[in-house]
Amino acid sequence: MSPPALAARGLAKSFGSLVVASELEIELPKGVRYALIGPNGAGKTTLINLMTGMLRPDAGRILLDDVDITALPPEQRVQRGLVRTYQITSLFPHLTALESVTLAVCERSRAARAWWRQLAAHGHEIDEAYDVLCALKLDSVCHRLTRELAYGQQRLLEIALALATRPKVLLLDEPAAGVPREESKELFAAIAGLSHDITVLFIEHDMELVFRFASRVIVMVGGRVLVEGTAQEIASDPRVRAVYLGKAPTKELAELRHD
Amino acid sequence: MALTEGTANPRLYLQAQTRWRPIEIAFWLATLLPYALFPDYLSLASQIAIAGLFALSLDLILGYAGIVSLGHAAFFGIGAYTAGLVSKYGWGEPLTGLAIAAVAAGLIGYATSFVICRFRHLALIMLTLGFGLLLEELANSAGWLTGGVDGLQGIHTWKLFGYLPFDLYGRTAYAYALAVLFVLFVFARRLIHSPFGLSLRGIRENFVRMPAIGAPSRAHIRTIYTIAAAMAGIAGALLAQTTETVSLESLGFERSAEVVVMLVLGGAGRLYGGLVGVIVYMVARDQFSGIEPQYWYFWIGVLLVGVVTFLPNGILGGAAKLMSRRSRS
Amino acid sequence: MLPPVFGVLFDGLAYGMLLFLLSVGQSVTLGMMNFINLAHCSFAMLGGYVTVVLMSSYGWPFFATLPCAFIAAALVSVGFERAFFRRLYRASDLDQVLLTIGIVFISVAVAAYIFGTEQRPLQLPAYLRSSLTFMGVRFAVYRLILIGLALLITLALVLGLDYTRFGARVRAAVDNERMARGLGIDVDRTFAITFALGSGLAGLGGALAIEIIGLDPSFALTYLVYVLIVVSVGGLGSISGSFAAAIVLGISDVAGKYYIPQLGAFLIYLVMIGLLMWRPLGLIGRR
Repeated sequence: MSPPALAARGLAKSFGSLVVASELEIELPKGVRYALIGPNGAGKTTLINLMTGMLRPDAGRILLDDVDITALPPEQRVQRGLVRTYQITSLFPHLTALESVTLAVCERSRAARAWWRQLAAHGHEIDEAYDVLCALKLDSVCHRLTRELAYGQQRLLEIALALATRPKVLLLDEPAAGVPREESKELFAAIAGLSHDITVLFIEHDMELVFRFASRVIVMVGGRVLVEGTAQEIASDPRVRAVYLGKAPTKELAELRHD
Repeated sequence: MALTEGTANPRLYLQAQTRWRPIEIAFWLATLLPYALFPDYLSLASQIAIAGLFALSLDLILGYAGIVSLGHAAFFGIGAYTAGLVSKYGWGEPLTGLAIAAVAAGLIGYATSFVICRFRHLALIMLTLGFGLLLEELANSAGWLTGGVDGLQGIHTWKLFGYLPFDLYGRTAYAYALAVLFVLFVFARRLIHSPFGLSLRGIRENFVRMPAIGAPSRAHIRTIYTIAAAMAGIAGALLAQTTETVSLESLGFERSAEVVVMLVLGGAGRLYGGLVGVIVYMVARDQFSGIEPQYWYFWIGVLLVGVVTFLPNGILGGAAKLMSRRSRS
Repeated sequence: MLPPVFGVLFDGLAYGMLLFLLSVGQSVTLGMMNFINLAHCSFAMLGGYVTVVLMSSYGWPFFATLPCAFIAAALVSVGFERAFFRRLYRASDLDQVLLTIGIVFISVAVAAYIFGTEQRPLQLPAYLRSSLTFMGVRFAVYRLILIGLALLITLALVLGLDYTRFGARVRAAVDNERMARGLGIDVDRTFAITFALGSGLAGLGGALAIEIIGLDPSFALTYLVYVLIVVSVGGLGSISGSFAAAIVLGISDVAGKYYIPQLGAFLIYLVMIGLLMWRPLGLIGRR
């Protein structure tokens, strides 16, 4: 059996007395579509921050394709294929969409180190960036400045930037955050259409989208993995129901339905 | 900004952006006008060309990579003192002098860049300021080498290419400074239109996002900081060679602040911004040279407040906005 | 008999207290709004000139001018805050630096125009210029008073910040501006008052500084560097950090100039760069 695409072993992190990750054990097999769910403050985004090196864990190891990457800085993890997107759109406002994605492609191909060759001479990189934009139906606005794009297009550009780095593992932090429901279905359809060489984990609150687009689900509560399983198992798991329905029925339920 | 939608070939579109525009060619041809129109002002013109090169070097780090430096004159001064000392101790050949100055400033720039690349915001501003002040104090206390407050005397610049002497009217000086400026401008222009230049703009636009697309931002910052330091060093060397003196002011805080003012006045992050700002600023200062220096600073202050409040992208930014408004209506 | 090092320590302490008064307001307002105000020392200079004018032209006693220096600096600063600074809180570092350094240049020129470029000495009463000799070391009365006053103000600030409602608002705003707004704290108003208080303290510091470091129009620029050092080394928004940093800086500056005068301010800048590289968020930095 091949090693998992990404694994966390005994990952722990706390801010003072607040424990945000405790003894996390996670394995993402290759090519699987994972959803990561849990109430607010469960440590979902923290997990992504830990995996991608934006936060330094107090203990534990992170393995990418069985290679320990715990000590690597964020950009080197990206170069090895572990890529994330942000819940709060974080783009390059005064670059065009094409420039933004070309930037990401050039960083991956190491062309960005060449300050003596003109960008126009890097035709392959530009074409590749354009193809990524086409795949996400952003080609018609590729010469617009990022800040002039519609919000939904900016969410797509987030994903385009990640894809331009040719990820092996893609961690999407609420890719459809703030996007109207109809549009978010299109957005997830685009994610579903990604090559199955890419392992995807996404955080999402809308259960309908979770059950439709994820083959497996991880439920996090209070910095721990509560349960992991197929969508059906999760839907019928009493512990998950307890978390979402039992303790704080109105609030958590509302979150599940509308967030 | 948004030109044609959905251009069939994105390569051609990006290529078109790097092509020399007629107004650029006109600008560079116009730099020759002082020979015909203002032959008495050639030394001012060469000062402008030198300051223009200095502003261009700052634009690379401030305008493109978003590194606010209040100590950029340090490299200008290192270049000036290096070129001056090389000449004073027997080697007055100008072009090799420039090269030596560039290497010296570049080396110091490279060494400090390891610190610079780790900081942003206030800490970065303080560090650049601190390095500048440190060097100023060092030059001041090492009077045996730098001449201290009296300035470095005894510089003699040899003939350019062995037969063009530097005359009193600045004919050779202007041609020399302008040629160096033009060559380095073309270099800077190529650089910002390279993939590396795109990465610099990415750093300016969103420093935090860069690692998440796999960009080694710190390495990029080290590279550009070194290049900018070497360029500033060349500008300083030009001043030392053409005026045959170096004063402590060449690496003082005032000069660091002044170059930021000139760049911002013209418009940072626009290549030509520094040049336009330098021309406006230096010509104005020449016209008002009768007034006391402290009142000159009053007008600079007013200018700064005015630019930040009313012209956030400098003269060129304001002009671009006017143009796009006109073309839209 | 005490060795001369005590004299140096004493002078350094007095100098450090001065730097603390000059910079504490900057530290708190920077921590609150992340606004880089390079014009802080212009307000200090204003306080200095208020004292000079009241004493020399109107014959006021020195201590009576101090509250006026405080109030004048506070009022003028809050005017600037409303008119210019307010709209730049969300702007880039560069815009903030440019605008406030523009104000510094203007203030330097205006001061030179009104008061001339030479030093303006104070005619202090004789008892303030005397000194006590204790175990062979001379302690200037003025410096003793300065240290006492600064300690009182520090105590008042620390207690005020810890035990008053206003202090709680300030702490909340420094800690997390967005959260404070969410809790219904009027951050803008809190900030304006803090800003006025801080500038007032700078004005007071400017008035007290004349006797020790002199006053001329370049004050706004010269001491700006020292204030920035205290703030960035002490840590943003930290009164105790500023206090510690100001004392370290004051003593090392005086000691440096006493023992190795040929190095000048070199040592100070070196210490600053070292400390910044070691702890970029200050000695007692948060986050």
